[in-house]
Amino acid sequence: MSKVLKKWWPLFVLPTALSFVFGFVIPFVQGTYLSFCQFKVISDTTFVGLRNYVDALSDSQFMSSFGFTALFAVTVTVLVNVFALAIALALTRNRLRGTNAYRTVFFMPNLIGGIVLGYIWQILINCVLSNVGADLLALNTVAGYWGLVLLTLWQQVGYMMIIYIAGLQSIPTDYIEAAKVDGANAWKTLWKVKIPNLMPTITICLFLTITNAFKLFDQNLALTGGDPNHSTEMLALNIYNTFYSRVGAKWMGIGQAKAVIFCILVVAISLIQLRATKSKEVQQ
Amino acid sequence: MGREKLTNRIISIFFAVLSLAWIYPMVMICINSFKQESAINTSSVFDLVTGDTFAGVANYITALTKQGFASAFGYSLVITVTSVVLILVCCSMCAWYVVRVNNRFCKVLYLLFVFSMVVPFQMLMFTLSNLADTLGLNTPFNICFIYLGFGAGLAVFMFSGFVKTIPTEIEEAAMIDGCSPVQTFFHVVLPIMKPTYISVGILETMWVWNDYLLPYLVLDTTKYKTIPILIQYFRGGYGSVELGPMMACIMMVIIPIVVVYLICQRYIINGVVAGAVKG
Repeated sequence: MSKVLKKWWPLFVLPTALSFVFGFVIPFVQGTYLSFCQFKVISDTTFVGLRNYVDALSDSQFMSSFGFTALFAVTVTVLVNVFALAIALALTRNRLRGTNAYRTVFFMPNLIGGIVLGYIWQILINCVLSNVGADLLALNTVAGYWGLVLLTLWQQVGYMMIIYIAGLQSIPTDYIEAAKVDGANAWKTLWKVKIPNLMPTITICLFLTITNAFKLFDQNLALTGGDPNHSTEMLALNIYNTFYSRVGAKWMGIGQAKAVIFCILVVAISLIQLRATKSKEVQQ
Repeated sequence: MGREKLTNRIISIFFAVLSLAWIYPMVMICINSFKQESAINTSSVFDLVTGDTFAGVANYITALTKQGFASAFGYSLVITVTSVVLILVCCSMCAWYVVRVNNRFCKVLYLLFVFSMVVPFQMLMFTLSNLADTLGLNTPFNICFIYLGFGAGLAVFMFSGFVKTIPTEIEEAAMIDGCSPVQTFFHVVLPIMKPTYISVGILETMWVWNDYLLPYLVLDTTKYKTIPILIQYFRGGYGSVELGPMMACIMMVIIPIVVVYLICQRYIINGVVAGAVKG
């Protein structure tokens, strides 16, 4: 069959491949090249070697947003997964009423875009803080950090919960019943039966939460905008600001170098994470 | 048994409280969108609307007429529907071809698609918006071409994951009976893939509808604003914010999404699960 099909590529593959080349491949290659250049417009570039990378890595703002993002990613990954798994375990209990309604409610924030979510929470947090007499969100780094964590929890717990529920439901009930017959209590069943069988699901959820946390942009822009004084600026927003709000010929190249570093970082984290947790998976 | 019942009751009460916390931010926006502009400030946001502060639908009218909500909604709708339809049709055909032909070209293409899923948008941000300007892709219809290229990674990955589970015998039988590859695809493969179409469609719709940065950088934002761009414009640049119309705007964004979600939540949740398992 593949022989007959083969000559039909202009119809089957060309539209997707063409837009993929224009939408991804060319910008990616061009972007990698530009990270070694100084430029203001793409048609006029001077090759400068690794200088952009040196400048990017010695930019203290870039390094501080790296730290902020890493800390944020750790907090969010742990909290989202612990909460999501706990809720999923509770909602898969026998004879608990209204589980579908709870699933519906917890998942809802995922459908609303990051910009809208950011402003909803900005209004909410600003009001809470002003009522207790603290600084407004825009003036306070710690409040900005926990605001972002809170918003991300509110948004992503429901998503991961759905995936954990699906994972829990795919564990054969014989395993759990066998554990019960052998006299295991709920805690033992969780650690010895449920969690080991959930490893593929945990891999996926960790992967999604870590990469989401590193790539977070819309929520960051809408909630704090990086204020005060760039201290709540995460990597994605820092790169954006390097491109579009810095004046001077050198910043474009530095921005692109930062983007390449960011890209390598995200790809590396994804690979390491997938490999590390894949090895802990058990065969069913 | 008595103990299980008690635990269930405690969990139920706990979840009831927790889901109120989940809904409250949206309820708060809703209440405030009906207040008069002067009655919305940081200390009164938690108050309910009273006769004195009730503004009726004034905020909604301002948002609709002055802020261009209707046109933004229209642009968002056009971009999302066109892009998602393009992604579904083109990527499913591409995925079928890639799996069935599976020569070196297909293998390389597939790996590139998978790679594109992890690459952050900031990597392409500048070059892509330049390229889009040069090629004239900066209008609401043409931007769909970029969405097709960008959404192809996830879509091809999920579709080809499913195609691998379809036995080739059915397709071969159709071909022997005289179907061309096009007929085989549309009469045999496409109906089998229906669940995957729904899953991919949902994931891509959620992404395109809520995407902010790509249309912001590519479209001429003085002419075309999508919904996320419109919301962002309330804050950026203007200085003083009209909180009332802004909250009315947010409400008008949320309500259609929530309604759609409540109608087809089963499909949405299944689609997300399928996407995660394949992803």
